[in-house]
Amino acid sequence: MALLEVKDLAIAVAVGGQLVPVVHGVSFTVEAGKTLGIVGESGCGKSLTSLAIMGLLEGSQVRITSGSILFDGQDMLTLPAERRRAIMGADMAMIFQEPMTSLNPVYRVGEQIAESILQHRKVSKAQARERAIELLRLVRIPDPEGRVDSFPHQLSGGMRQRVMIAMALACDPKLLIADEPTTALDVTVQARILDLLKELQDETGMAIMLISHDLGVIAETCDDVAVMYWGKIIETAPADELFSTMAHPYTRGLMASIPVSDREVERLEAIPSRVPMLGEKLDGCAFHPRCGRARPICSDIDPVAIAVSPSHFARCHFPGEDQA
Amino acid sequence: MLAYTFKRLLALVPTLLAASVLVFLFVHLIPGDPAAILLGDSATPEDVARLSREMGLDRPIYVQYFIWLGNALQGDFGTSVFFRTPVMEVIAGGAETSILLALLTMVWIILLGIPIGVLSATRHGTWVDQLASGGAMLFASVPTFWLGLYLILIFAVWLGWFPSSGFPSIHDEGGLLNLRYLLLPSMTLAAPNAALIIRLVRASMLDVQREDHVRTARAKGLHPARVAIKHVFRNALISVAAAFGFTFAALISEAVVTETVFSLPGVGRLVVQSILRRDYPVIQGVILVIVCLYMVINLIVDLAYAWLDPRVSLK
Repeated sequence: MALLEVKDLAIAVAVGGQLVPVVHGVSFTVEAGKTLGIVGESGCGKSLTSLAIMGLLEGSQVRITSGSILFDGQDMLTLPAERRRAIMGADMAMIFQEPMTSLNPVYRVGEQIAESILQHRKVSKAQARERAIELLRLVRIPDPEGRVDSFPHQLSGGMRQRVMIAMALACDPKLLIADEPTTALDVTVQARILDLLKELQDETGMAIMLISHDLGVIAETCDDVAVMYWGKIIETAPADELFSTMAHPYTRGLMASIPVSDREVERLEAIPSRVPMLGEKLDGCAFHPRCGRARPICSDIDPVAIAVSPSHFARCHFPGEDQA
Repeated sequence: MLAYTFKRLLALVPTLLAASVLVFLFVHLIPGDPAAILLGDSATPEDVARLSREMGLDRPIYVQYFIWLGNALQGDFGTSVFFRTPVMEVIAGGAETSILLALLTMVWIILLGIPIGVLSATRHGTWVDQLASGGAMLFASVPTFWLGLYLILIFAVWLGWFPSSGFPSIHDEGGLLNLRYLLLPSMTLAAPNAALIIRLVRASMLDVQREDHVRTARAKGLHPARVAIKHVFRNALISVAAAFGFTFAALISEAVVTETVFSLPGVGRLVVQSILRRDYPVIQGVILVIVCLYMVINLIVDLAYAWLDPRVSLK
């Protein structure tokens, strides 16, 4: 059984009393100990999907309109709030894009890590502090005994993201959701944080759901990849298979727009036009207005997922055609 | 922290000097000769001149200032023209009422302002919030004297629950029960300020609620009440603390009105009466004491601010 199984998850935003759908029924699974990458450009619904899984949409203008989120066999959407909170921060933990603002400025980092431990484990304050120091050491923060009493503003962005990771790992989660964990960091720090996540995964055996707009990051770290476009998953495959045979024209466009340093090119490829507005009415395939090889059927019928191989699916009427 | 406090206290000296000049001069701008008023209508010009000389009012104004300042530094604000007793004693006589009134008012402001503000923010958009916000808006706009008169009318005249005016000392017969005399005045005084704190707590909490670190706190699986108090409110408190300095300034001017409406023997009413009596030494003394108090309160607010927000460094 998969650790996390998301089925037909649909999410809508309440705008002026109306529900505007933004995620149109996504399904995917994360296996225990594996890494699933979700990639897509800004506004495609990947962050909303991760917040929905974590249960952080409550109280906002965003509603889950249908679907189910099975974690460890329990449906997170029907679980009573209290039992759900017992999972949040314990078996399922999350790190965010903005390490600069994701820590509470008025508490010491040690207290913030300990808070998570005290919430879910029956330990004393002194034991929680010891564990916090141990976690800071685990995420390779130098001088953890000293740093445990630092305030967030005394740490760099990379260090703060390490603290966030330490906090997420506090109760040995089975699943770590990482929403653009390296986007706000500079490139060398990015690589170190990704390496750290991989090493920690090897040490703890946790599964990771990595959300990113950066195919390079995904290629380096993931076992499986799901590509999202306009609130839908348009291609899923094991990472090595996806990067060798991209079936969906959007995935290919995304790949072609990555700058490669050893290739001399004048201009980067860009996908023409823009992502449709959220809630815009679109017949047929959502990508057809921007697709170079759209045919009449593409604007009429929304394609279903077609198997390119037993483990590789693409929502395209003509998957894998005219491969570059 | 100690060095900073000491430095701030030193910095109060020039400010106080400037304030003393202003206080001294402002009083001399008020028309009317105190010697003439004191002696009444039947006094001859010779009598007035003699009293003026006795009081030092015939000397150049800067000499008057330095004499006054020199004495004030030794805690001697002169003798009240009206009471014929030292100004410090006159002020001390009103201090008990004013201090107790201020304390009771602060208790109301904190007991009402903070919980209602928190409730309003956590129930944002519901009828609870609308009721609290609407009520706060109403009480923030109602003039103090009007509210005071209505409270007297309802609770003292119609219902007869509380006394309408005056305040016997808590050392007199009745002891602490005499505090009931201050209940209506303190509520009158607290209403606009508590309303301000309600709106401020609500607004800052709603601001903080949107911050990323609150999402982190929720992701830990904390109970929503714990997130609201330990993470949202604790951060919102930083801007609320800053507002307490202003609240205190507002309290002083509103206390003048309130003490007059409720005929309380406090420092506020003393100011008003002293102005009417042209009692220069008392006016100067009271205002200087209020200025000192205000500066100390603001220093405390600044220190509290630094204590609440670790990002503020005391240098």
